[in-house]
Amino acid sequence: MFFTYLRRELRRRRKAALVVASGLALGIALVIVVNSVSAGMKQAQGEVLESLYGLGTDMTVTKAQEEPEEGGAVARPRFKFDASDGGEQSNDMLMVQGFETLSTSTVDTVARQDGVANAVGGLSLTSISVSGDFKPGEMKPAQPAQPGQKGSGGSGEVRGGGADFGVNSFTVFGTDVTEPELGPLTSSTLTKGRTFKTSETDAKVAVLDSAYAKKEDLATGDEVEVKGKKFAVVGIATADKGQPAANVYIPLKQAQTLADAKGKITTVYVKAADSQAISAVKDAIQKNVPDTTVTTSADLAKTVSGSLDTAAGLASTVGKWLSYAVLAAAFLVAGLLTSSAVSRRVREFGTLKALGWKSGRVTRQVVGEALVNGLIGGALGIAAGLAGAYAVTAVSPTLTAELGGGLRVAGPGGGGPAQDAAERTLDIALSAPVSLATIALAAALAIGGGLIAGGFGGWRASRLRPADALRRVE
Amino acid sequence: MYDLRGVTKTYRRGKATVQALADVDLTIEDGGRLVIQGPTGGGKSTLLQMLGGLDRPTSGQVALDGTDLATLPEARLTRVRSENIGFVFQSFNLIPTLTAQENVETALVPLKLRAKDRRERAAEALESVGLGERLGHLPGEMSGGQQQRVAIARALVKRPKVLLADEPTGNLDESMRDEIMELLEGLWKEHGLTFVMVTHDSAIARRAPRLATIRKGRLTVTENAGA
Ligand SMILES: Nc1ncnc2c1ncn2[C@@H]1O[C@H](COP(=O)(O)OP(=O)(O)OP(=O)(O)O)[C@@H](O)[C@H]1O
Ligand SMILES: [Mg+2]
Repeated sequence: MFFTYLRRELRRRRKAALVVASGLALGIALVIVVNSVSAGMKQAQGEVLESLYGLGTDMTVTKAQEEPEEGGAVARPRFKFDASDGGEQSNDMLMVQGFETLSTSTVDTVARQDGVANAVGGLSLTSISVSGDFKPGEMKPAQPAQPGQKGSGGSGEVRGGGADFGVNSFTVFGTDVTEPELGPLTSSTLTKGRTFKTSETDAKVAVLDSAYAKKEDLATGDEVEVKGKKFAVVGIATADKGQPAANVYIPLKQAQTLADAKGKITTVYVKAADSQAISAVKDAIQKNVPDTTVTTSADLAKTVSGSLDTAAGLASTVGKWLSYAVLAAAFLVAGLLTSSAVSRRVREFGTLKALGWKSGRVTRQVVGEALVNGLIGGALGIAAGLAGAYAVTAVSPTLTAELGGGLRVAGPGGGGPAQDAAERTLDIALSAPVSLATIALAAALAIGGGLIAGGFGGWRASRLRPADALRRVE
Repeated sequence: MYDLRGVTKTYRRGKATVQALADVDLTIEDGGRLVIQGPTGGGKSTLLQMLGGLDRPTSGQVALDGTDLATLPEARLTRVRSENIGFVFQSFNLIPTLTAQENVETALVPLKLRAKDRRERAAEALESVGLGERLGHLPGEMSGGQQQRVAIARALVKRPKVLLADEPTGNLDESMRDEIMELLEGLWKEHGLTFVMVTHDSAIARRAPRLATIRKGRLTVTENAGA
């Protein structure tokens, strides 16, 4: 009888059921869309950070930045040319990015800290070559290349008076080939050839970023010249997202030798043993390894700005708030509608009690109806929510993430020396992945909504007396 | 058998109190038939509610076969209603979304019969009121007289000891009234029920062997030896 009665009620009072269900559906759909868009935002932010650090890097350690003295005692690169008459001259420079280095031993010190699973060092370099000639009588030395440029290896013409010089620059990353699992190269996927062998610690081999290789028309089997030395191109790698960590990757030891930075690195890439304990590890390193700056993903995330950040902020505040407000309103409306439906059926339920139905049975009938309404609402809401999330993914609006702003991004590829406000811009297509957990949440909300509505109605029904069968209503 | 002693029912409506029943004494024999009449608001329905265990008196006792319904715990009172008392209402009180047969079945739900038995007994009861052909009809698809027949089948399907009817013909036109009255009288005789009926129909009242009149909560009983 329970199910017959339930079925009949839902079928014959379809409209009332649909009103309750669609209210719940709206709230549930909103929760799904907001949740999935939020997940998409997090995923996008994760991609931004990953592109900087490589997979699995929890934090980086760099040399603490010293206050630059007035007058700039920091060694700036200087190109020296003979202002001689005619003839092509060229000058190659391989500079450490940021001019700040740590000793290789720092890697071991960091690795020894509690909670550090792995640590690997890397050396970020910028190669600038200037070549050209002077015309007689024009004695102006060329300006050194503005080093603040992005590490995209762009070249520019510097024309000054009678001088005609070309500038060519690209970024080089000395990678620890013995640790292929960690470091910036992990955020690129090898598309041609091979990566470094762990034995190639001092080999003259290079992996190129695909965009750079294309621009310079280089392929595996070709050679690339770094500070006059030829490296065999063994592989081409494509950055998974945004800009690559460097244009040219070579073994760390080679990079140190060429840049005249023996035993030096710019950055230590650290993987924590427990991703929950990152800030503790950060504190330990900061305390026990002097003169270093530790940057975690969280620190970096704080520097993400642009539409991605705005949208993520919106999703996590207004969106959540709105969806839960709508949901609460839907619950309340469902409850009140169910309660008023019971009021309209006072005589019906009174009659059942007069016939000897236990109060609990009548209440159960009301709660059952409300629960089914909730489930219908849940099904509609999940369908609408999935459609909404699918629509977001299909449209995939592009969000821009700007990194930097006050924080020195020590990751390679950031480009130029002394980069105080390393600006990096990434375009990320937003998707709205719907997780099983979100569906489960929606289902739970549907059941919860049904039970709340049933609670309102059931409470009303339980208070009816058999004498209400004789009530003069309707 | 009913034995009512000093039954008083007071309703509170805001600050005012209404005495619907005032110190009512009444006995009804097993298989007896009592017709109740009186002016509107006199307390007829209230008395019927006391007899049917739908409500409790403010004071006094309502004994049915020695059990005082006034003080019986709710669960047992519910049982008494489900097993012993059949109710017929003026406005039929059928559940609009259920078919005739399902409406009759609702009376059997508390008896925990197997679904098949329940359906069979409901069908039999509907046949006995002449609605064997209408098992699957909804209340809205039937005339008032037919709806009241369904309600009568629902009241009798559990084979109660007592049948209580509150103006069962009040919502029906004349031709149907007699039909329903004949049906009820026939069933009363056939089943040996104790039958209490409220009616405004003075013709029926005149024919009744025992007539109770309630005015302002006060009850007087007149025996009609001639009937
Ligand atoms: N639930 C209630 N709350 C308050 N007062 C009530 C309630 N039920 C009945 N009354 C009052 O008690 C008195 C008796 O009512 P009752 O319904 O028993 O009269 P009745 O004789 O059946 O009248 P009618 O012929 O109109 O059906 C009336 O004054 C009525 O207003
Ligand atoms: Mg009445």
